[in-house]
Amino acid sequence: MTSLVDIADVSLSYGGADGTLAVRGLNLQVNQGEMVAVVGPSGCGKSSLMKLVTGLLRPTAGSVSVAGKAVDGPLKIVGMAFQNASLLPWRTTMGNLMLPLEIVEPYRSRFSRDKAEFEAEARKLLTTVGLGEFERRFPWQLSGGMQQRASLCRALIHKPSLLMLDEPFAALDAFTREELWDVLQAIWMERSFTTILVTHDLREAVYLADTVHVMSARPGRVIASHKVNLPRPRTLETSFLPEFGALVQELRELIRIQRGGPAEMEHAA
Amino acid sequence: MTRFKYQGAILPTITLTAALIVWEVGCTIFDVPQFVLPRPTSIVHELLENFGPIWTHAQHTLLTTIGGFALAVVFGVFLGVAVGSSRVVYQAIYPLLIGFNSVPKVALVPVMVVWFGIGTVPAVLIAFLLSFFPVAVNVATGLATLEPELEDVLRSLGASHKDIILKVGLPRSMPYFFASLKVAITLAFVGSVIAETLASNIGIGALVEQASANFRMPLVFAGLVMVAVMGILMYAIFAAIERRMTGWATRSTDFGIGG
Repeated sequence: MTSLVDIADVSLSYGGADGTLAVRGLNLQVNQGEMVAVVGPSGCGKSSLMKLVTGLLRPTAGSVSVAGKAVDGPLKIVGMAFQNASLLPWRTTMGNLMLPLEIVEPYRSRFSRDKAEFEAEARKLLTTVGLGEFERRFPWQLSGGMQQRASLCRALIHKPSLLMLDEPFAALDAFTREELWDVLQAIWMERSFTTILVTHDLREAVYLADTVHVMSARPGRVIASHKVNLPRPRTLETSFLPEFGALVQELRELIRIQRGGPAEMEHAA
Repeated sequence: MTRFKYQGAILPTITLTAALIVWEVGCTIFDVPQFVLPRPTSIVHELLENFGPIWTHAQHTLLTTIGGFALAVVFGVFLGVAVGSSRVVYQAIYPLLIGFNSVPKVALVPVMVVWFGIGTVPAVLIAFLLSFFPVAVNVATGLATLEPELEDVLRSLGASHKDIILKVGLPRSMPYFFASLKVAITLAFVGSVIAETLASNIGIGALVEQASANFRMPLVFAGLVMVAVMGILMYAIFAAIERRMTGWATRSTDFGIGG
């Protein structure tokens, strides 16, 4: 397997060279088609990781490369979804899904010509996540879970090869969250895009990921990586297996140590 | 809902009627002279008696106001987009804007008169100067409060600054924009009437000025009532447009579906 994302010895500081270090000496490889989860104590620079990989922020030191090329600007092969669904309230679900296609090439230049085709594609995607009947609804007519499904579709509509998820299910209730794990797993198994899932939820990480990376307290770096060798598709039954519980327990212990350990902010010399 | 709707129409009518009755009775009891404070009935009488000339002046004021207001909307949107979408422009001109907005516009009337003579032009310009500010500030606010996540999503797709403004910035600043129109139209009335009072022979401002010089207080008040009525009407029109255009911003989540 080749790695799609390669983060080598990356440091990132905010506010100039002697500002606060968000990450230091970060190393992370993500293989093509792999789903990885990144967990860690709060403030460990998980969001910085997202921005580094998507090219929204440049590393202060080290290198980030995606698909063999050094990242030197916003990447167009990425889809993103956040804790906040951030749908546009004046557009219908369908309208929201069309947004990326109105912006990203090669769809952009074909947009007015092939709109019907794109809409059919979007309809298929919406049906996959159970929103088939809701394409004409506005975001305020959808529940939180449905908005998050729509947000996930928006992140995937332009067929990105890399999906970045920043705590996408954190604001949902436990039942909806578990439902959406299955939704995500199903689309991922069908389309096999590479996924980086940043989360606080260790069960979520183990449920969804092939590999779980644990980050240290700020300045963040990867201190442990665990392969999750549970068969797919994983179901709620999987999450009651002893291996599952043991892994979650082990991760929890790692993070507890990180939280208890030296947590003071370090500054670059 | 219906109860609320009726209240919306009945309550202001009751307050207005009560105020007029107190005014009328007060003037009669204390025998207030007409040239100090005319009674509502004599104002209405004056208004009906001289409706022709008052209406001519009112039309002029209305056109002047709409002219200044239209300029203010175009310029305000332009300025708002510039200030709201560019950090540099914001830092460069925001202090100037604040300073300019603190200058009482009535003090600019003589300047306008020197430049353009008396009449319609200074009135249109004063209406414009008074009313572009809320439009600009509201449009800028709408653009500047864009959610950072949304901006990240768009930028990661390779959206240009222009794309972000057109696709997201402007649509989401529409509620702010339409809200500002209600404020701007009333300010435009203030501006045009002030300018007409000081430097015009036509318009409600001029009418009021001349009538008060002749101690015709009922006519002065008739003019003021006319401005108030026009102001309320224009406000109502823009409030209705606002509701129609940006319903999505005021909808509650009552319609939400479970699951």
